[in-house]
Amino acid sequence: MQEKIGNPPVEQEFKWVGTRQVRPDGIDKVTGRAKFGADYNLPGQLTGAVLRSPHPHARIVSIDTSQAAALQGVKAIVTRDDFSDQESEFVPAGEMLVNYRDVVRNVMAREKVLYEGHAVAAVAATSPIIAKRALKLINVEYEILPHVIDVLDAIKPDAPLLHDDMITAGVEPAPTTPSNIAKKVEFTLGDSGAAFANADVVVERAFDTKPVHQGYIEPHACLADVSEDSAAELWVCTQGHWIVRAHCARLLGWDVSKIKVNASEIGGGFGGKTVVYLEPLALALSKKSGKPVKMVMSREDVFKASGPTSGAHIRVKMGATKDGRIVAAETELFYQAGAFQGSPVGPGAMCAFAPYDLEHVKSVGYDVVSNRSKVAAYRAPGGPISEYAVESVVDELAREIGMDPIDFRLKNAAKEGTKAAYGPQFGPIGLIETLEAAKNSDHWKAPLGPNQGRGVASGFWFNIGGETSVTLNLNEDGTLTLMAGTPDIGGLRASLCLMAAEELGIDYPKIRPIIADTASLGYNFLTGGSRATFSSGMATVEAAQQIKTEACRRAAQLWDMPEEAVLYEDGYVRPAGDNAGPQDPMHISEIARMAGKTGGPITGVAKINAQGAAPSFGTQIADVEIDPETGRATVTRYTVIQDAGRAIHPDYVEGQFQGGAAQGIGWALNEEYIYGDDGKLENPGFLDYRIPVASDLPMIDTIIVEVPNPRHPYGVRGIGETPIVPPMATVANAVRDATGLRFTELPMSPPRVLKAINEARAAGDTNLKV
Amino acid sequence: MKHHIQMSLNGDPVEVLVEPSQTLLDVLRDELGLTGTKEGCGTGDCGACSVMVDNRLVCGCLVLGPEVAGKSVETIEGMAEGEVLHPLQRHFLEHAALQCGICTPGFLVAAKALLAHNPDPTETEVRYWLAGNLCRCTGYDKIIRAVMDAAAEMRQAPTARTELKDQLQHAGA
Amino acid sequence: MRYEAPETLDAAVALLASAGEETKVLAGGTDLLVQLRTDLIAPTLVVDIKNIDETRTIAETAGGFRVGAAVSGAELAEHAKLSSVWPGVVEAVSLIGSTQIQGRASLGGNLCNGSPAADSVPAMIAAGAVANVAGPNGRREIPVEDVILAPRKLSLTPGEFVVSIQLPARPARAADAYQRFIPRTEMDIAVVGAGVSLARDEAGKITDARVSLGAVASRPLLVKDAADALIGSTLDAAALTALDAACQAACQPIDDKRGTIDFRTEVAGVLARRTAEIAYKRAGA
Repeated sequence: MQEKIGNPPVEQEFKWVGTRQVRPDGIDKVTGRAKFGADYNLPGQLTGAVLRSPHPHARIVSIDTSQAAALQGVKAIVTRDDFSDQESEFVPAGEMLVNYRDVVRNVMAREKVLYEGHAVAAVAATSPIIAKRALKLINVEYEILPHVIDVLDAIKPDAPLLHDDMITAGVEPAPTTPSNIAKKVEFTLGDSGAAFANADVVVERAFDTKPVHQGYIEPHACLADVSEDSAAELWVCTQGHWIVRAHCARLLGWDVSKIKVNASEIGGGFGGKTVVYLEPLALALSKKSGKPVKMVMSREDVFKASGPTSGAHIRVKMGATKDGRIVAAETELFYQAGAFQGSPVGPGAMCAFAPYDLEHVKSVGYDVVSNRSKVAAYRAPGGPISEYAVESVVDELAREIGMDPIDFRLKNAAKEGTKAAYGPQFGPIGLIETLEAAKNSDHWKAPLGPNQGRGVASGFWFNIGGETSVTLNLNEDGTLTLMAGTPDIGGLRASLCLMAAEELGIDYPKIRPIIADTASLGYNFLTGGSRATFSSGMATVEAAQQIKTEACRRAAQLWDMPEEAVLYEDGYVRPAGDNAGPQDPMHISEIARMAGKTGGPITGVAKINAQGAAPSFGTQIADVEIDPETGRATVTRYTVIQDAGRAIHPDYVEGQFQGGAAQGIGWALNEEYIYGDDGKLENPGFLDYRIPVASDLPMIDTIIVEVPNPRHPYGVRGIGETPIVPPMATVANAVRDATGLRFTELPMSPPRVLKAINEARAAGDTNLKV
Repeated sequence: MKHHIQMSLNGDPVEVLVEPSQTLLDVLRDELGLTGTKEGCGTGDCGACSVMVDNRLVCGCLVLGPEVAGKSVETIEGMAEGEVLHPLQRHFLEHAALQCGICTPGFLVAAKALLAHNPDPTETEVRYWLAGNLCRCTGYDKIIRAVMDAAAEMRQAPTARTELKDQLQHAGA
Repeated sequence: MRYEAPETLDAAVALLASAGEETKVLAGGTDLLVQLRTDLIAPTLVVDIKNIDETRTIAETAGGFRVGAAVSGAELAEHAKLSSVWPGVVEAVSLIGSTQIQGRASLGGNLCNGSPAADSVPAMIAAGAVANVAGPNGRREIPVEDVILAPRKLSLTPGEFVVSIQLPARPARAADAYQRFIPRTEMDIAVVGAGVSLARDEAGKITDARVSLGAVASRPLLVKDAADALIGSTLDAAALTALDAACQAACQPIDDKRGTIDFRTEVAGVLARRTAEIAYKRAGA
């Protein structure tokens, strides 16, 4: 079931925007023609392979590559010696920051290996078999060090230190001794400590979540080709090829102008393809060997060496009055960053209470390193973890005071004018509309069967804008070529073409979009932060405006009338207003045909730093059924309701809603990184890292709410990330409803659920319902 | 030592030299240049490399290259007939049953095998048949709908194929 | 690595017994290729047995069936008579992996992979199946419950391989069933598996039974006490309780990434009950 609700009510005011067109890149993707990261090949290419650490924590005493280098067919080897050290400098990568001092150490271990799977050396050879054999001939001497995996263990005073010089930032006065806590962040509004005195009910709970991986089906892959004068071309599956270019240039000490990066089709990213792993290695190997080098991660490498998101320990305390008003809220968040600092604890702390209009809030977060792969962005990085804990406590509060959970949320919901604890005042936002839609939905009113329960939760994500370039080339036959620089990860081309078609009155099938390489278009920040449709859409509209202006100018020239006297309307230029002459309207294709005679090519070139991104709020409803004898929780019905601002292409908006919910259901029920006592990952594959399969899920109903973003020409908010924020609490609240038990640890896998049921039964817990 | 094998690939005879340790997936992608079949895991857990061998749905990563000597192999590249899309391909497009598209070839090959085996599957049957094809983008909803609708269309007019060109026109209308 | 695909039993035995070779038998390959890929094994010779007629055919024999070791799960499920006579064995094979895996996975491979969690093995044990083995010293028969000794350790001697599985004749008013528990609905390795085969008289009293459990010990178990709990009963509540207790008592599981000792033990009892109920109902149908 798919619904659309507008506020104000949606009218069909557009010809193209809001329609469900077949995506322009669709044919290539259903025929196998589309080229993804591993699908590029060059004549004479070598196979690159990475030697990875078998230890979670060890000092590298020495690396001897001489035997490997002597193997016939080995053309180049790189180690830490091939990369210069970098100064500490934080730069944006998606919605998170990375530090070049750490990036150089993550792509190739220097002093120490800090997690199992950490890259130690890389080879390029004439075949995969020889490359594999060469890796076995590299001798690395390690001095094994004690390791620490869990976030709470890592903050203990006697925990093994990953970085001897790590002094916690954000604490006054600065600590004098190093620890695994990289930094402390704090966001405060009012005086929460005092305000708890006004609460009739206070609920405090501690929660634990496990690291979960983005789980994109396409492993990281790239092909590098570097010439003798260091002119480099790279084909790579990435969410941001300008970001790849910047990172590689920095790590290799090359000029940015010498590196041309082509974004292949990308087989899922969800934030995980916003950083570099193989790319600098492939470029370095290609430079050294003088031949193209192709590198592809195995699935095991993806799990062990690319970034999942944080596992965390979270404490939440909230107080409310009997009539349902939240008077104070506090949270303390410990996020595991992996081997290098930079967990998304900052955004986690900012998001925690964002759905509520509160006067007294305190969020404190800690960024903690441990011997796991460095976390990367994962869809609304940080938000799902903190909001899972908060929305679970909100559910408990509503139960304690005997109020319907949607009514309780409505009573406290953030709205236009609400000042968020992290600083800004919200503009028009759609949280209340999503809650009302949830309350009015068939789903919310449907009866439940035995052993079933229903849960609801809301969620928030900021969304971002940033640097963006789009070029529109009006072709001589009146068709349009659209060049964007944000990789199309799930229907972007279609959305941009719809906006261009709407602006220019050129039929959608007449517009051919391409994702341009870094040498052919101005700078673009990446596809992430739910920014691609927002920012590239804004740039597309601006570029289209330029074409319209130019078309009017050309017509004015042809008609020998002032430029102001020509109007662009629905694909035609026509004389307008008081100055209107006798000329018939002229179609844009006519203008295009005569462009050579009237001044040359007609293009629109937008280069903007997109401002005005607006948050998207959502509310989700889940039904689960519990098997009391095995502890299995099955999601039997699911509805996602979210404010899209405006759905440019409703199919792909619904797709984002459904996909985010499915990932969240996996996070809630079965997905987790499992480490052995030896600090090694025990489930680096899709067999035991259990993402939802088709038979695990029901249809996922959607309701698109449209409260347009006033700062975007089509009202776009960005919708890709919010859908993964509510699911964990939504499912946990449903499990609470079905079992009578509150689960504070994810995932709610069958052994955990069965154990809790057994313990509650043994203890005579009267809440137990199954 | 490499094996010289002959097989039928999407209906055409093919000869190729393969290493004993190369999988059918490696042979298709690296030796024959057919990259429509994807590798997501290499261990049979994701279904991105779904292909047909002698009319049986298998993971290309779990078949050794030398094993397909004398056999008939079908891949995503053989699904459309010239410019004419298979109804499943068309319904995947019309339902927006793909986001990133990396799992799409595997889903299409597996779904085609399903409809040959069971032309009128229930939603549950579709979900279980396709459980070995992982999709991380869509939550499966639109994929299941596309398969069900394609099945319905194929039951009504098993031989009907719409011209790709007509579809593009239709899409733009 | 060398690949050979002999067409006769003798040729296969000769290859497998050849000195100086680290050999592996290839049937469906759904475990073998994963082990190759992840460097768990590095054989110098792989012997593909699928070109040998007996490994690829399902033959009706003296009331029972001889199922080739390399017959795929999909082929088993499509065999109407086999599915009606041994529904538990067929449903167990059908649970192995995905549809794609079903196109290749076989009874012989599932058995000889030597996993305590193999889905088809408890069903075969409950059914009283026998492995037909060929080797340098000729042919012999081994009851399926005696093939797996420990994880990855078989009772086969060097050069021996399983050619086919013999399923016995099915008595009247008898049936089998297999159930497993996995965290998802598909694609996981069994956390617990339970196979039950039983026969009942006209009054509904159970006259014979075999119960087998998977993934709860270092090898698939034939649980005699569990069978005794069923025999003589009409599968009433007391029998089910006794069955549950006998199965739990037989468990010697481990804690691992797939389940805990407590969970496996408790769910073994639950599944045995559910499986027995299905088999009992089928036997009366």
